[in-house]
Amino acid sequence: MKTFKGRIVTPGTTTAEAVVSHGGLNTLASFQKALQFGDKKATCGDQNNKDLFGKQMAGRALCLPQTIGSTTGGLVLYCACAMKRQPACLLFSNPIDSLAAAGSILAGVWLDDINMPVVDNLGQEFLDYVKDGMTIKVLDKGVVEVYDKGELK
Amino acid sequence: MAMKLTKEQKEILDGKKGDTLARVMKTLVMYGETFGATKMVKVTSKYNHLVTSFGLKALGPVYDLMNKLLEAGAKSGQQFSVDPRPLDKNVPANFLQKLIFKKFMYSKQDFYEKQLEALGLMNKDAFTCTAYMDEVGNKPKQGDVLSWSESSAVVYANSVLGARCNRNSGIMDLMGSVVGFVPYFGLLTDKGRKATWIIKVKTTKKPEAQLLGSAIGMKVMEEVPYVVGLDKWLGKKLDDKTCSYLKNFGAATASNGAVGLYHIDKLTPEAKELGKDLICKNAKEYVIDDEELERVKKDYPVVWKNINAKPKLCFVGCPHLSLQELLDWTNKLEQNLKANGRKKVLIPTVFTTPPAVLKVFEKLSEGQKLKSFGVIVSSICPLMYMNNPLCGKMPVITSSNKLRTYTTARYYTDDEILEKLTKGGKA
Repeated sequence: MKTFKGRIVTPGTTTAEAVVSHGGLNTLASFQKALQFGDKKATCGDQNNKDLFGKQMAGRALCLPQTIGSTTGGLVLYCACAMKRQPACLLFSNPIDSLAAAGSILAGVWLDDINMPVVDNLGQEFLDYVKDGMTIKVLDKGVVEVYDKGELK
Repeated sequence: MAMKLTKEQKEILDGKKGDTLARVMKTLVMYGETFGATKMVKVTSKYNHLVTSFGLKALGPVYDLMNKLLEAGAKSGQQFSVDPRPLDKNVPANFLQKLIFKKFMYSKQDFYEKQLEALGLMNKDAFTCTAYMDEVGNKPKQGDVLSWSESSAVVYANSVLGARCNRNSGIMDLMGSVVGFVPYFGLLTDKGRKATWIIKVKTTKKPEAQLLGSAIGMKVMEEVPYVVGLDKWLGKKLDDKTCSYLKNFGAATASNGAVGLYHIDKLTPEAKELGKDLICKNAKEYVIDDEELERVKKDYPVVWKNINAKPKLCFVGCPHLSLQELLDWTNKLEQNLKANGRKKVLIPTVFTTPPAVLKVFEKLSEGQKLKSFGVIVSSICPLMYMNNPLCGKMPVITSSNKLRTYTTARYYTDDEILEKLTKGGKA
């Protein structure tokens, strides 16, 4: 197990399986098909994202440097939350970008019963270390624990 | 760090103007505090611009939120333009596609347009991603503070017009306009407008705007690039041709990365004024030559089922074309069709442009000429048109890197598109 410390953008705790994007996550390209066509797993539809394309995002600990692309990004994330297809948490190695921040904050202020902790500034070492399928625990105070596959029973 | 609010802002936050406005202010304050903003500043532009133009069934939560604003009387403080409509009956679509568009995907379009009108839409023609064009009339002044969204419009307003705007998300764009303030951080500040990357353009010919922007966007992500060597190809004057080039370049930087502002040495307003003083110490460097552009282009995935399929549709104009671009394309098509002994384009083709530009263009002889070549000129959003499973299976070609990024459309340079439209052959 390895521990990382970042900054809390929206509070909360969770435990989930990691999916990792080493490049920027294009929110519109990643979520649009899932939201439009009732895919509850929110399968990533971004053909340009070699790490995530075709993988489930809903309920996963989404680890990424930042989000990129269209300024619909924030409202797409907000809709994913409202439709309960959001990731379990968003964990950014970089400082959060304006679109991801908008989506997270909008969900926190305008929706009830949304638990999607968001932590940023976890550092490049976090993104280099974490791999798909590892277990992530988001604790208080921006602490993120990363467990190898099978390590956490 | 907590934000210092004025008495007026604090009263709104405390609920003196109702719960909905308090939530709007809370959203903006949290947004600002995330980025270390210490204050809110007035929105000074005459008009706003919103990204959400489509009544997409899947965006129900957005329309619910809009309703909450309307019920609380929280209208936009400014009139606004909005991104292009997703539908146009003149754009080719089969029976099934039309059914899916109208009955399933965009079934909320009429409802949503009524919401937009109630919130403060400029006029019924204010649907375009290039509202800053003269014909449309939403052109901010240098130094104006905006609450805009639409990545390609934000990067254009910041870079070419010298306005100040963060890459706001949809909904956040409207909220800034509702209270009339936006948090002061990022691209609103002098510090945030400094370049952290120097891009050295060393190509042997004028680089394709869409490719150059794509390469830079993927490299710098959301940082600010200062581009040197491009004035050799673009000159030092922001005329119509150059502005059109920068529109396409910027859209690619913003969609392939997350660029909200770029400076072009000796050309864009702040680079002209401040020159290399805009570059931060220890700025990173990226050299772009012919080989690098070729490498970037070759790396684009082609997701067509049959990569040798004959294209069924061609889209040009994402972002919307300027009048200058429409005139240039008409002339190029005329010459190439003539040279190849043809009268019409070989692939069903749609050029997109703002409604206000379309009205002007239709009255010109070139407008009639382009129509006679078989090209449809529309104000549709190609991205929204392609955003369904039926279009996803269609072999569509485009010279827009933004459209390539968000859909299954295959990218070709302008020259390659011209050849395919006039000389034919498989894609």
